[in-house]
Amino acid sequence: MAYSLEGKTGTWEVVCGLEIHAQVISESKLFSGASATYGGAPNAHVSFVDAGFPGMLPVINRECVAQAVRTGLGLKAQINLVSRFDRKNYFYADLPNGYQISQFDHPIVGTGDVEIELQDGTIKHIGITRLHLEQDAGKSMHDQHASKSVIDLNRAGVALMEIVSEPDIRSPEEAGAYLRKIRQILRYLGTCDGNMEEGSMRADVNVSVRKAGEDFRTRCEIKNVNSVRFVMHAVEAEALRQIEVWESGGEVRQETRLYDPARGETRSMRSKEDAHDYRYFPEPDLLPLVLEEEFVARLKAKLPELPDEKRRRFCDEYAIPFYDAGVLVAEQATADFYESVAKGRDARLVANWISGDFFAAMNRTGRSIENPPVSGAALGELIDLISDKTINGRIAKDVFEEMVETGAMPGAIVEAKGLRQVTDTSAIDAAVTQVLAANPDKVAEYKSGKDKLFGFFVGQVMKAMQGKGNPALVNEAVKAQLG
Amino acid sequence: MSLLNLTIAQASAALAAKKFSAVELTAAHNAAIAALNPRLNAYITTTPELALAQAQAADARIAAGTATPLTGIPLAIKDLFCTAGVRTTAASKILEPFIPPYESTVTRQLLEAGTICLGKANLDEFAMGSSNITSGYGPVENPWKRNGSDAKLVPGGSSGGSAAAVAARLALGATGTDTGGSIRQPASFTGLAGIKPTYGRCSRYGIVAFASSLDQAGPMARTVEDCAILLGAMAGFDPHDSTSAERAVPDFTAATGRGVKGLRIGIPAEYRMDGMSGEISALWEKGVAWLREQGAEIVDISLPHTKYGLAVYYIVAPAEASSNLARYDGVRFGKRVDGEDLIDMYERTRAAGFGPEVKRRIMIGTYVLSHGYYDAYYLKAQKVRNLILRDFNNAFEKVDAILTPTAPSAAFGLGEKMDDPVTMYLNDVFTVPASLAGVPAMSIPAGLSAEGLPLGLQVIGKHFDEETVFAVSAALERAAGFTALPSVRAE
Repeated sequence: MAYSLEGKTGTWEVVCGLEIHAQVISESKLFSGASATYGGAPNAHVSFVDAGFPGMLPVINRECVAQAVRTGLGLKAQINLVSRFDRKNYFYADLPNGYQISQFDHPIVGTGDVEIELQDGTIKHIGITRLHLEQDAGKSMHDQHASKSVIDLNRAGVALMEIVSEPDIRSPEEAGAYLRKIRQILRYLGTCDGNMEEGSMRADVNVSVRKAGEDFRTRCEIKNVNSVRFVMHAVEAEALRQIEVWESGGEVRQETRLYDPARGETRSMRSKEDAHDYRYFPEPDLLPLVLEEEFVARLKAKLPELPDEKRRRFCDEYAIPFYDAGVLVAEQATADFYESVAKGRDARLVANWISGDFFAAMNRTGRSIENPPVSGAALGELIDLISDKTINGRIAKDVFEEMVETGAMPGAIVEAKGLRQVTDTSAIDAAVTQVLAANPDKVAEYKSGKDKLFGFFVGQVMKAMQGKGNPALVNEAVKAQLG
Repeated sequence: MSLLNLTIAQASAALAAKKFSAVELTAAHNAAIAALNPRLNAYITTTPELALAQAQAADARIAAGTATPLTGIPLAIKDLFCTAGVRTTAASKILEPFIPPYESTVTRQLLEAGTICLGKANLDEFAMGSSNITSGYGPVENPWKRNGSDAKLVPGGSSGGSAAAVAARLALGATGTDTGGSIRQPASFTGLAGIKPTYGRCSRYGIVAFASSLDQAGPMARTVEDCAILLGAMAGFDPHDSTSAERAVPDFTAATGRGVKGLRIGIPAEYRMDGMSGEISALWEKGVAWLREQGAEIVDISLPHTKYGLAVYYIVAPAEASSNLARYDGVRFGKRVDGEDLIDMYERTRAAGFGPEVKRRIMIGTYVLSHGYYDAYYLKAQKVRNLILRDFNNAFEKVDAILTPTAPSAAFGLGEKMDDPVTMYLNDVFTVPASLAGVPAMSIPAGLSAEGLPLGLQVIGKHFDEETVFAVSAALERAAGFTALPSVRAE
């Protein structure tokens, strides 16, 4: 069921495209040797190049170029062997040169494609228009001094990738899924940490609305939205605003807007008329960026397995459902954890345990996959105890909780507490006989056709055996004795 | 023996032979500067103590036997090169308080060779000008005078202070920079040799940028050989400048002795401009004859897009300048004039800090890059620039070097040609095409005008073939036998 919004004049479709700014993971900045590390004392990571001193010249950082190419390959995009840097000119106090070095006409990465999955399981493709490299600006702070603004240039010159999508997004859900997917791919590639709170990833959201079958109407750009949730809210809030403008006989003006999460609305920042004339022109301090095919091929050969492929492989190799595989590959570390446990074991059982009790324990204890509530080895041992029928699934849950609590290994817990499963049929038969004898009325009801009571008897038997009975054998024995 | 009227080669030999020390040589120049600079204004900043300290180090090096041919040679450094700990103004008030914490690559290499920095030479503000009158620190007086006249003449520009200092014996040589003729035209106006090397031959790192795709550092000196010695130390690949060429630096000094026998020298028809003065064309003819006499073959060539050179230059250079000069905003270094808010502070700072010619070019550059005009101006200019480059490439399939006049006239008077910027821009008509094409070009003093002022000839070479440029220039120098001296000079 496609997403749409109902207005007074009918049904409206939302059209959205995202420009994602992702900070490149690299030791140093895009055009200088200064550290690109987040944080540090204000202006601690600033070279004369970053500060725009007279006579300073940019020199491209090879690692940032490699990261952009890796990202392009991860987005299944065309890698442009010749690209060019341009100057985007505007004055601002935290833009030291008075221009940002960016790529205008000839980006390093061309068109690509990203697959997103929606709640109902639908797979949709979102087109990538381009990816280009550019420098970040510094940070102005206006609340540190009574009459002055202060400037921190630590971020000035840090490499950003701007990833531009086609206007293929049709709902807040798709916008969110797309942003999460890009984040996931970048994290897998190790090209951006995707940390939206620290600002290493942020999105400009382009939104317009239209009636079915129409061409695109005027769009507005919502700048610098810094969480998935806010992007989703911003799309809806802006779409509703535009519908109201159109329906009240007005016209949506092309403009730049800001999203205010506190009020859940967007507001105008500057109109098209006030827009900067950036006076782009080719950066004369840099030669065109020419990549050798071999350089790209080498990066391609070393590309990690990406989430979509990993998910399909998990389905094939471990015979787990598509949905479960999606949960497991969400983070590379989770996928690695899963594989380390699943190798040589009942992979489905491992998948169920990780997405069930393991994740629950992780959330409850506030831990992470890097610092898990139980180690992969311990979880593997637990699975082995289940598989070789040393313990049953019911007991395994108790053992698991004990593992989380004490950090003890499951084998030791089972031995210490005598939790081994009972497979001795005579012991089981004796327990069944005892339960049936204690419940003659229920036995009579069962025999007169109340089949549901079967579960009651099994439960009572298990209880009598402190949960240690082999469930299959207990079932069998109950069935046999009830005749 | 005068310590001032020497070539670098002579001074180098004398230092090696211990005829005098670097300290004596430097002290003599310091004294000459103290006496004449107040009049000529060739230096914005003088550094006599620093120079003496460097001279002492040079003497130690000479004594230790680790000297280079440039050890102990006192130079004027154009005040566009950032010099660590020494104020660097670009002749602009906006950089009046600026002391760079870093050294430009070119001057670092010169210092490593053992040269001595006498001071920072005056120039047109941000190297924008052809007469040194746009300097925020006052104009430079050309040490040459017209016969029987005491009228002040301009030294040319933008490297006018460098030119005046070397001509008036206030330095043995100088660094210059050339964007559209800023080394060659002042060399021509002051009877010096000066070369703009191939774009990419010298690093631009640490040189205050005017027009990045055109700016090149180069030497100015009294002889072709001295220029060759200096360029050898200034040139070379620099990882800090992506546009510097990763090429070995040839032995330029050796090239000056090659001779021109068998070389084909092109004479471009398009440089015979309407209204060119008779003495300029006569000098050009002389140059042709000198080269022919020494065994060169003279070939008529065509550089058909020459006439668009100035128009292209005055779009491309201001466009780049408008962007390069955006950093002078009062926020991080240099002058700041406080204002009501950020925009007001920018406006006041830049209004007070930049002179009229710089403002004019920023406005031209901003205009040609702006939305709706970019295609008609900047993009078109880039296309024509490519055609000009193609002209040279085609010509160099037929010839080894090209001979032209350097400037359309001799030095003019301070105050002349000042009413209309376009008249001033015409000074660069012969020098701009080589800048646009990025090819090396050198001016050498070839004779005197009827009024007794020096006139230069220009030799243009292929990309990275400065050696042929030096060979041809040295041949012309030998034939011209230029020995005239300016009337204002230190003795």
